[in-house]
Amino acid sequence: MSTAHLSIEGLTKAYPGVVANDDISFSVAPGAVHALLGENGAGKSTLVKMIYGLVRPDTGQMRLDGKPFDPASPNAARRSGIAMVFQHFSLFEALDVAENVALGMDNPPPQRELARRIREVSETYGLPLDPARLVGDLSAGERQRVEIIRCLLQDPKLLIMDEPTSVLTPQEVEILFKTLRKLSAEGTAILYISHKLEEIRSLCDWATILRLGKVVASCDPREKTARELAEMMVGMELKTPDRTGTARPEVALDVTGLSVASSSPFGTSLRDIHLKVQKGEVLGIGGVAGNGQEDLLAALSGEVQTTPDAIKLGNKRVGHLRPNARRALGILAAPEERLGHAAAPDMSLTENALLTGAIREGLTRNGFLNWPAAQSFAETIIAEFDVRTPGAGHAARSLSGGNLQKFVIGREILQRPEVLIVNQPTWGVDAAAAAAIRQALLNLAMQGTAVVVISQDLDELMEISDRFAALNEGRLTTPRPTKELTIEEIGLMMGGAHDMDVAHIDETMSEVPA
Amino acid sequence: MIRLEKRPEPSRHWAYATPVLAVIATMIAGGAMFAALGNDPLVAIRTIFWDPLFNEQFAAFSRPQLLVKAGPLILIAIGLSLGFRAGIWNIGAEGQYIVGALSGAGVALAFYPLEAWFVFPLMVLGGALGGWAWAMIPGILRTQFNTNEILVSLLLVYVAEQLMASMALGLMRSPDGGGFPGSRNLGDYPAAYNDELIAGTGMHWGVVAAFIAVIFAYILLNRHIMGFNIRLTGQAPRAARFSGVKPKMLILFCLGVSGALAGLAGLFEVAGPAGQVTIDFNVGYGFTAIIVAFLGRLHPVGILLAGLLMALTYIGGELAQFMLGLPAAAIQAFQGMLLFFLLAGDVLTNYRIRVGRTEVA
Amino acid sequence: MDLASIDPVLLIAALMVAATPILLAAIGELVVEKAGVLNLGVEGMMITGAICGFAVAVETGNPALGFLGGAAGGAALSLIFGILTQFLLSNQVATGLALTLFGLGISALIGQSYIGVKPPSTTDLDLPILSDLPVIGPILFQHDAMVYVSIGLVIFVWYLLKSTRVGLVLRAVGENHDAAHALGYKVVRIRLAAIAFGGGCAGLGGAYLSLVRVPQWTEGMTAGAGWIALAIVVFASWKAGRVLLGAYLFGGITVLQLNLQAAGMEIPVEYLSMSPYLITILVLVIMSADKSRAALNAPASLGRAFHASS
Repeated sequence: MSTAHLSIEGLTKAYPGVVANDDISFSVAPGAVHALLGENGAGKSTLVKMIYGLVRPDTGQMRLDGKPFDPASPNAARRSGIAMVFQHFSLFEALDVAENVALGMDNPPPQRELARRIREVSETYGLPLDPARLVGDLSAGERQRVEIIRCLLQDPKLLIMDEPTSVLTPQEVEILFKTLRKLSAEGTAILYISHKLEEIRSLCDWATILRLGKVVASCDPREKTARELAEMMVGMELKTPDRTGTARPEVALDVTGLSVASSSPFGTSLRDIHLKVQKGEVLGIGGVAGNGQEDLLAALSGEVQTTPDAIKLGNKRVGHLRPNARRALGILAAPEERLGHAAAPDMSLTENALLTGAIREGLTRNGFLNWPAAQSFAETIIAEFDVRTPGAGHAARSLSGGNLQKFVIGREILQRPEVLIVNQPTWGVDAAAAAAIRQALLNLAMQGTAVVVISQDLDELMEISDRFAALNEGRLTTPRPTKELTIEEIGLMMGGAHDMDVAHIDETMSEVPA
Repeated sequence: MIRLEKRPEPSRHWAYATPVLAVIATMIAGGAMFAALGNDPLVAIRTIFWDPLFNEQFAAFSRPQLLVKAGPLILIAIGLSLGFRAGIWNIGAEGQYIVGALSGAGVALAFYPLEAWFVFPLMVLGGALGGWAWAMIPGILRTQFNTNEILVSLLLVYVAEQLMASMALGLMRSPDGGGFPGSRNLGDYPAAYNDELIAGTGMHWGVVAAFIAVIFAYILLNRHIMGFNIRLTGQAPRAARFSGVKPKMLILFCLGVSGALAGLAGLFEVAGPAGQVTIDFNVGYGFTAIIVAFLGRLHPVGILLAGLLMALTYIGGELAQFMLGLPAAAIQAFQGMLLFFLLAGDVLTNYRIRVGRTEVA
Repeated sequence: MDLASIDPVLLIAALMVAATPILLAAIGELVVEKAGVLNLGVEGMMITGAICGFAVAVETGNPALGFLGGAAGGAALSLIFGILTQFLLSNQVATGLALTLFGLGISALIGQSYIGVKPPSTTDLDLPILSDLPVIGPILFQHDAMVYVSIGLVIFVWYLLKSTRVGLVLRAVGENHDAAHALGYKVVRIRLAAIAFGGGCAGLGGAYLSLVRVPQWTEGMTAGAGWIALAIVVFASWKAGRVLLGAYLFGGITVLQLNLQAAGMEIPVEYLSMSPYLITILVLVIMSADKSRAALNAPASLGRAFHASS
């Protein structure tokens, strides 16, 4: 490798109770596509925040083109040629594309000039975008384009991308990779953060692997198998969830013609959704973020009511029922957002057990609360699902993501549901907890529960679901057996490349060796 | 540099300690304010906090006043605290207090001069209903049209004040009053009079109602699913909906209860200590009760203590006005300051203060 | 009743004067809310501005200095709110209420010795030719300078929010403070500046009340004007031009009911006096019933505390 563009030497950052980054060193060559690989909580985010000037390291130093580099703010980092595409977009829904781009630049040109340059760059890199549209009306993939274009307009020398493919269909991922290869060929270094192994193997020419805040390995990912990378990342051999038993022919959940108008101004309305789930079956619902996942969960859990006929439990019409009435019948759910939706952050685990368990666990009598029963229910969840916490009296927000998620999923599973609907059950959860949760969902299905897993993690859905369907702009595709599907077919079910087009990318560029 | 660091969970110690700290800080800052006004701060503080209870000369008169003043404050604050916990901001208790007094007094005046056992209970009912109905206006506007209940409930205070003026000058004006504004004095109508239950204590039915409200609120919040739902809605509205709470029901419940309690407070006041409907009947209990609710940490027992303390500042303030010539407004500023210190101190419950090198903000 | 005694020209001229305090307070609050902060202490800042302005004007004999004093008083009070909500992360609703309660108290305290005092008078502009125009002259060109300052402020805020970098950043902070922080904007500093601006405007409005509109000092003289200003921001769905419209509409109602009172209308005075509040409520209801519009314009981070976590 030639002289490093960015080199990092002994960077350490500690937060109370946790060393997020411990003596991290690596370097990125000019024009290289360098992967930062690690599971949730490995310290990737903290590291890039330090490079981007959002967080100051405790010790250690960085060098940019050989010169000491210590950005005091994102503006300073941008001036040094560093740009970043955030995982949770740094966008403003009520502002238009041009305004959003301008906010990410230090000296934006006048609006009209800016609009022209946005069009120019989007042509060049095959990222079509209308500068006058409100960002709130854009799909997740389009929003990412706004972020990328905002970066490209500043001619960055180093582009940081934080989990960029989590909001894209497989087809869109391919197009993004072509853009990134073109950039890299033009001399822009890319720091690519991900925990998706196949992506890194196909895109990156070097990988630094983080675990629990430390660099544990670095390698050329193309020379390793996905399994080897996974073991380096997680530090142990992961066993794939096993399942025995099959679906029974009885239909547990029957959704016909479900349509729900979106409750938020930039939300997605559900349109004419049909699905049937049999007892003991796991139905996986994929799709890019923002295509109606939350609304689907809300409609199934009873947070939003519909016509009685739209949703049936067996033969019983339940569409008009509220959450507690559905719980009484055996329809349980676990929403995506742990803090604030599935659980109340400042309330104790006992109180959070009561939050959904009051009906089926008999935790109230004539409206009066049975605290000892609620506490023992919480303690049962903690024990059976290996939730790491000093006790049921502690606040939900004091738990790590993985532990709280185990609590939330466990809380529903222990209530012996007829139908369980979960959204993003392992989002932001460490690998061990994720494996435990998946296994628990499979075990539940084996006992005859119909399980609906809504997720944006395709690998997860491939692993645990019997049949697969995709949500795209509020519509659900016809579910198909997972085993018969190829990744291309899945991508097309998710909406393919939407309106992205590859045509503008120079064909020779896409031939640049990966 | 000083910076804040979020605690993994709220600190219970600080939650209890901040009101005490706030009172101490207010005494210091208030003392400085009194000094600036040309008074000896120590004398002023003693006059406000000590003399009303323990000064031989004044205590006999002041002590009963403590309950008289604390009664309405506690009653209103208990109602408000339920809504505040749920993130439903009824700040128009003053208006509900007025309308409760008007409707309760209206019942009494309608029966005058009938001496019957049922007059007073009907007045109580009338007062509660009046306050409830007045609070239902923001409640229904909020649930039906999503109109901000803060602004509506507050604007209705001004409407209620005008309504009261119109009543004192018109419909309810005493025919024997020689043309002066103001209704008959209910003190002269035994069946309607909310007299002291034990002479010389200031204890009247309103104070009893306040104690009952404290007990009920405690049970509701700690032992009943409704209270759990109120707390849940305030802390995590989406989780509440997921849990099965009906937000509209909860809004109507909280506003209704706080309105009814404020109306009751108004009724007990107009039928007892005040005695009649006059133009200047209301003295801001509905607003001070907001401070009482926060100072009491929105906890029933805390509100009981805070109500007594705030009543003390009222009486002490009057005493200081009389003895030291301290302006009446000084007490109002003093109470406002207390709320500031309390809100400022709250940061310690949820955050740890770290002194060290700064984060890039 | 003698409706003929109501002169439409004077009525319109008077409505501009009646609307000015609320217009000033509302345009300030608009900026605050656009930055994502809900300051319910407008009433407290207005009344503090009223007494500070009054006191400075009386002591110096100069109404212009009085207005400056009013703005300074309002801004100073608003900074208490700013420190509490931005640094100490207190609840914005509760802190705003505290500000109002405190402002009412402190203003009464300062105002002790100013009750019954007459302030130096603020002269009306006398523009040659323009002021002498029939009808239009008295309506538009015979006011004191503050009426024009208030309109100028509305235009300034409109331009600032729509066409400047500062306005864009302000809106961005109000829309999504986490994203603004991630891009390197100083959320807390920007919000503090907006809060101080809002406080200054409210103070100016209060000073206008005590120096021009009334003109004298009485305790609690704002009588809900601050709350009406808050309602007007909602009515305007966070647009500067519509704040002007809302304030003048409200001014019109106030002046009309005063005129009807003077004309001896059959309705009791109390019912006329409550009409501005009732109409404000009615307008709030109409505006809020339309969910889509309200949701689109309200700054998404309004009222939420911001803490830059790691």
